[in-house]
Amino acid sequence: MAARQPRVGLFATCLVDLFRPSVGFASAKLLQDAGCEVHVPVAQTCCGQPAYNSGDRADTRAIAEQVIEAFEGFDFVVAPSGSCASMLKKHYPGLFAGDAAWEGRAQRFSDKCHELVSFLTDVMMVRDTGASLDAKITYHDSCSGLRELGIKDQPRKLLANVRGLELQEMKDSDVCCGFGGTFCIKYSDISNAIVTKKVVNIDASGADMLLAGDVGCLMNMAGKLKRQGSSVEVRHVAEVLAGMTSQPPIAGSGK
Amino acid sequence: MELAAKHFKASAAKALVDVQLQKALGNVEKGFIGKRQKAAAALPEFDALRDNARDIKNHVLAHLDLYLEEYERKVTASGGIVHWAETAEDARRIVLEICQKAGARTVTKGKSMITEEIALNDHLSANGIEPVETDLGEYIIQLRGEHPSHIIAPAVHLNKEQVEGDFRRVHTHLPEGRDLSDPVSLLGEAREVLRQRYFAADVGITGANFLIAETGTSVIVTNEGNGDLTQTLGKIHVVVASIEKIVPTLEDTSQILRVLARSATGQDMSVYTTFSTGPKRADDPDGPDQYHVVLLDNGRSAMLGTEYQDMLRCIRCGACMNHCPVYHAVGGHAYGSVYPGPMGAVLTPSLNGIEETGQLPNASTFCGRCEAVCPMRIPLPKMMRHWREREFERNLTPLTGRYGLKFWAFFAKRPKLYRLAVSFGVPLLSVFGGSSKRFRSLPFAGGWTRHRDLPAPEGRTFLQAWAQREALKQEPAQ
Ligand code: SF4
Repeated sequence: MAARQPRVGLFATCLVDLFRPSVGFASAKLLQDAGCEVHVPVAQTCCGQPAYNSGDRADTRAIAEQVIEAFEGFDFVVAPSGSCASMLKKHYPGLFAGDAAWEGRAQRFSDKCHELVSFLTDVMMVRDTGASLDAKITYHDSCSGLRELGIKDQPRKLLANVRGLELQEMKDSDVCCGFGGTFCIKYSDISNAIVTKKVVNIDASGADMLLAGDVGCLMNMAGKLKRQGSSVEVRHVAEVLAGMTSQPPIAGSGK
Repeated sequence: MELAAKHFKASAAKALVDVQLQKALGNVEKGFIGKRQKAAAALPEFDALRDNARDIKNHVLAHLDLYLEEYERKVTASGGIVHWAETAEDARRIVLEICQKAGARTVTKGKSMITEEIALNDHLSANGIEPVETDLGEYIIQLRGEHPSHIIAPAVHLNKEQVEGDFRRVHTHLPEGRDLSDPVSLLGEAREVLRQRYFAADVGITGANFLIAETGTSVIVTNEGNGDLTQTLGKIHVVVASIEKIVPTLEDTSQILRVLARSATGQDMSVYTTFSTGPKRADDPDGPDQYHVVLLDNGRSAMLGTEYQDMLRCIRCGACMNHCPVYHAVGGHAYGSVYPGPMGAVLTPSLNGIEETGQLPNASTFCGRCEAVCPMRIPLPKMMRHWREREFERNLTPLTGRYGLKFWAFFAKRPKLYRLAVSFGVPLLSVFGGSSKRFRSLPFAGGWTRHRDLPAPEGRTFLQAWAQREALKQEPAQ
């Protein structure tokens, strides 16, 4: 008898939910293809980062409790975002430090949380997602995924096995795009200076498509690319890995 | 310097359109990052050394009182004098008294951020004593009446044409037609001018990178050798250092030295590492007649035992600002504080209070690159977040942001209401996005659309679409 399929709670993230459902469907497909049973609990809103990074610990904690309650019953909790996954995995436990009723619970929950692509490669041992796409892509390493969760090689390994796809590394792929959640609104001029540099590097890479693992960063870079009249198309890496690129790219195609 | 951190946004906006500054800032990105990377990669035990360095300082901070007393004993035993300064004002007063007692007219200074912190130069000048900066970068900004824009490269915001202009303006005793077109000639001229000053100075003031408890020694690292001349040629050497510079032993010092220069400039070691213990002894060929150490607290002991204690591990290498995208964008002066960049965003509120400095810990994307390169493994983003929490608790955050956040949190905490709200809003926004799939401007999203388009939502929310798909799957086949 085959082992029971791992039950995965898909934490879609608020931006995927609101702006880019295709990423949710692509994530579900990748997880199912990898042998997981995928569930999408309706009691999900956001991981709480906007409150957390604004210093509002009480609201953050209330949101975290609700996420833990909704998701702790699954074998794994997977999010198609390095930043939200890191929030669940690395930052939730600290919110409950010293609270006997919640501390252990938050830690057990944290142990189950993963970012999508690294979950596929490191836990489900996926090597090839069977996708193909004729495109020259470049990959941006979003900060939290890279520095808090160590995600760097995983997406590149899977992309290397996408038939027809060619990776053209950009300069400074590991440097922040300037999104930073509420930062890009609160300090929009500085954010603009940072994303302007990023877009120069994207264009100089010669790629015709930009991929990354976080919709927030992607919206920021896509918005800037389009504002500057670039024809580079922008997608979440899951869309390409799942072979689901029928939706128009983020912020549309063309200039 | 006058604290101007609350004007951060306005100063940043100016900095962003300052063509000359932007060019100079490009050098920070190009210059430091690659060199540090190379130096770190060349030393297999680099990360283990960082752990060691962190542990050494953590140990010191846990027993700071003991090590400070031990240090004082050793300094006294070697003939030096330790002065305890609780505040910046105390430190200024003590240094001035030493200078006045010696009848000093000019003092030379090695590069020191602590003397910037206590605004020593202004105080000496106001009392008729001329301070002469001897580090090239410090010398340049002193000529310009500016403050350092970087903790290890104080004049990094300038280009060589500006420096040439300043030298011609000030060094009027030199021939007008002289060639100052390259950095070497500028350095040569500064050396020449400064040499006269060393001999004329009565007191030499330096900071310290380390204070060694075991031996009562102060240590400075420099690349120009100016610190050595400053402290040996004057009759009196005054070290001004903050209490957390203490390390237990010489061995600990050399451990931390191995990560310091590599993190700062990518050098294996700085060119000069100078150890000073007490005044000149009877059979020493040279050295000062008096050796004073002014130990400054200025808010640091209050950081012990708080969530900001880790900041006291900082060895002022500058790596955090060298790798900071915000620093790269606006430079050091925009922060309006003595210490710029990520370390300043954490330290300045500790020293000056969060009321006036709240902008600094907020102006970060939390990209985490500072923490990733900090040789002392200081969790800078985490501490910036703690400052935001202190601000939020005390209702210091701007009201508009606060209301927006509360409004959003109200829904985020109530999934059912949230679903209801977004199930109307998102499709609507999607329709407005039209065929271009993006907005060039949106009334409530000006912060975003001023600089970039806003991608339009696809249509329904993911949760709506998913529920619908699942419902279809459940329907029995006809
Ligand atoms: S915080 Fe770390 S990286 Fe920044 S100056 Fe201090 S020791 Fe260096």
